[in-house]
Amino acid sequence: MERKFLMGNEAVALGALHAGAARGAGYPGTPSSEILEVFNQLGGKAEWAPNEKVAAEVALGVSFAGVRSFATMKHVGLNVAADVLFTAAYSGVDGALVFVVADDPGMASSQNEQDSRRYAVAAGVPLLEPSDSQEAYDFARCAFEISERWKIPVILKLTTRVCHSGTVVTPRAPDADLPAAHFERNIPYHVMVPGHARPAHRRLRQKLAEIAEWNEKNGPNKEIKGSKDLGILVSGVAFEHAREAAPEASFFKIGMSCPLPVKPMLDFIASVDRAVVIEENDPYMADAVRAAGGTVESAPEMYRFGELNVNRVRRILAGDTSPEAVPSKGRPPQLCAGCPHAVTFEILKQNNCIVAGDIGCYTLAALQPLAAMDTQICMGASLGVGLGLRHVLPREEAKRVVSVIGDSTFVHSGLTGLAEMTYNVPETGHVLLILDNSTTAMTGQQEHPGTGRLLDHTPTNRLDYEKVARAMNVPNVGTFDPVQQRAAFEAALIEALGKNELTVLIVRRPCILAMVRKGVKPADAEG
Amino acid sequence: MNEKVTSIKVAGLGGMGVLKSSLILAEVFFRQGLDVKKAEVHGMSQRGGSICSDVRFGKKVFSPMIPAGTIDFLVLFQEDQFPLYEAECSPDTVILKPTAIDLSRLGNRKALNVAMIGLLSRHLDVPVDAWLKVIREILPQKLHEVNEAAFELGRLSA
Ligand SMILES: Cc1ncc(C[n+]2csc(CCOP(=O)(O)OP(=O)(O)O)c2C)c(N)n1
Ligand code: SF4
Repeated sequence: MERKFLMGNEAVALGALHAGAARGAGYPGTPSSEILEVFNQLGGKAEWAPNEKVAAEVALGVSFAGVRSFATMKHVGLNVAADVLFTAAYSGVDGALVFVVADDPGMASSQNEQDSRRYAVAAGVPLLEPSDSQEAYDFARCAFEISERWKIPVILKLTTRVCHSGTVVTPRAPDADLPAAHFERNIPYHVMVPGHARPAHRRLRQKLAEIAEWNEKNGPNKEIKGSKDLGILVSGVAFEHAREAAPEASFFKIGMSCPLPVKPMLDFIASVDRAVVIEENDPYMADAVRAAGGTVESAPEMYRFGELNVNRVRRILAGDTSPEAVPSKGRPPQLCAGCPHAVTFEILKQNNCIVAGDIGCYTLAALQPLAAMDTQICMGASLGVGLGLRHVLPREEAKRVVSVIGDSTFVHSGLTGLAEMTYNVPETGHVLLILDNSTTAMTGQQEHPGTGRLLDHTPTNRLDYEKVARAMNVPNVGTFDPVQQRAAFEAALIEALGKNELTVLIVRRPCILAMVRKGVKPADAEG
Repeated sequence: MNEKVTSIKVAGLGGMGVLKSSLILAEVFFRQGLDVKKAEVHGMSQRGGSICSDVRFGKKVFSPMIPAGTIDFLVLFQEDQFPLYEAECSPDTVILKPTAIDLSRLGNRKALNVAMIGLLSRHLDVPVDAWLKVIREILPQKLHEVNEAAFELGRLSA
């Protein structure tokens, strides 16, 4: 096939398409968001689910119908979908099921830099780590094959640099003659009650032992013979950095890092005078080969923070632990001029509110000059954290607490928080603001159940926040345009803060950037 | 072109077309049959923050990111961004600034990115047609005229 120049995310989408995936489901999250959008543009069936757990469940259902599926998410999305992963590992799958998970070492746009390889070990599923777009394509194909061969979910672990770097890809012929969807009743395999799960756990460990053996013999790992003086064991994009930093070295590149190809790694270590493990994030491979009796060097602790690059790999190889130059920061991102969120946070600040915040564009309100958000941990936490504060703070302080959440985030994981709010009601009541800008702005303006449009922007049902709040027995529910009805909105907020009741205010005004992209000038967007 | 890898860093602010222009650059070198890698950080860019993209091409490219001290061309869409990348330059780095372009002759300020590509193209051994072909394919039809003019303007500037 003809060679193409593709971003890693585009390569994964093409790989899934060529593997014949019947459906891809996911929730947006940088750097993974483009995969489903491209899969849809290429003609695949793709959907945004309300959150990653639901996406993984939909994908599992597709797999139980005997056809191939995948779920996409950023690394923290796997925390949300973990409940599905751990037991789908037991039940096993019918059609292939691939979890495409994008880590973000260096936190270009994330709240932490957790290492998904730990999840693969904990859940007991295979994990593949591509280093460039060609491998993103090849390993996506390979992940579907392994998943179907051993009837096990597989993680395809990307990183920001793989997702958003463009490299040359030569695709292969698509898979043909895949089976049509069909449900085969198989209660002992599909219903994980203890009596079924006990043998399922044994089956899982048996599969992993077989996959480990396969990986040692035929896995997507490669050895490059070079100088005997230095051998580098490496995975992911760090492979490219290391090849550039030490072109003369021997390499053992790990493509499937769970279960690790331990024996060939130990043989490689024995074949060189000096063996160094180079990996991003946690010292996962270094710890594992040491536990297996291998003697290796690995990066000093300082290099587990942030992503690697050619110069950092050179420093690791030289054992250099002198302080690194601090990269220049540049102009930080800001809320767009005219962003509706800005007004809301000005009002919260003027009224001296304690703001339990959430994740989205509006989190920028925590930074100078607004500095008007007091907590932000993970999606949906604004509700629980705000309620916790209300429960224990002295009355006058408690009455200043407001939970603030974006529309996409509310649907993702605020619904259960709202149930908590109306169930365990604080003595002073509580106030929730849902910032409805009619898009998932932060990650590039994706649709969600509250916009009433599907991934491809065609219409569907729209979740109605006002009705949801009323159905959950919130006594005070109001809706305001923060720009056009600024004074009325502020008055409603002050009133809500004054009484010991529950209030939900929907702050509704579209994202400016989304309007501009759609070709609506901000002026026409008024009202 | 020889075995050497050429490394170009394009830098500006979110919304200035940095990512679009690095896509054009990468596609042009790709069509010359070369190995090409492009690295950039997406997300948050729409809100006017500093943004840059690395494009590297040659017979074989390893890392998609330009190692510090090896930038061949630094293309700045906004001059005040220079201090951010100064430490990554070497004495041999060719620095291209928007002040080289006569902005009064630029049909549309949004086409500055393509004018800067025109300016850069003077230093690279690629035929004009190859540039224009990719620009036409990547940009929507209604922007062709203004961007072709911008490319010419850049190419004739010094
Ligand atoms: C579990 C998880 N999934 C995805 C993300 C990435 N992410 C952060 S906030 C957000 C949604 C933002 O949308 P919204 O709440 O509507 O706010 P907006 O950006 O539109 O202001 C997403 C997708 C994340 N941080 N955590
Ligand atoms: S993208 Fe939309 S929501 Fe985000 S800062 Fe800009 S206007 Fe506000």
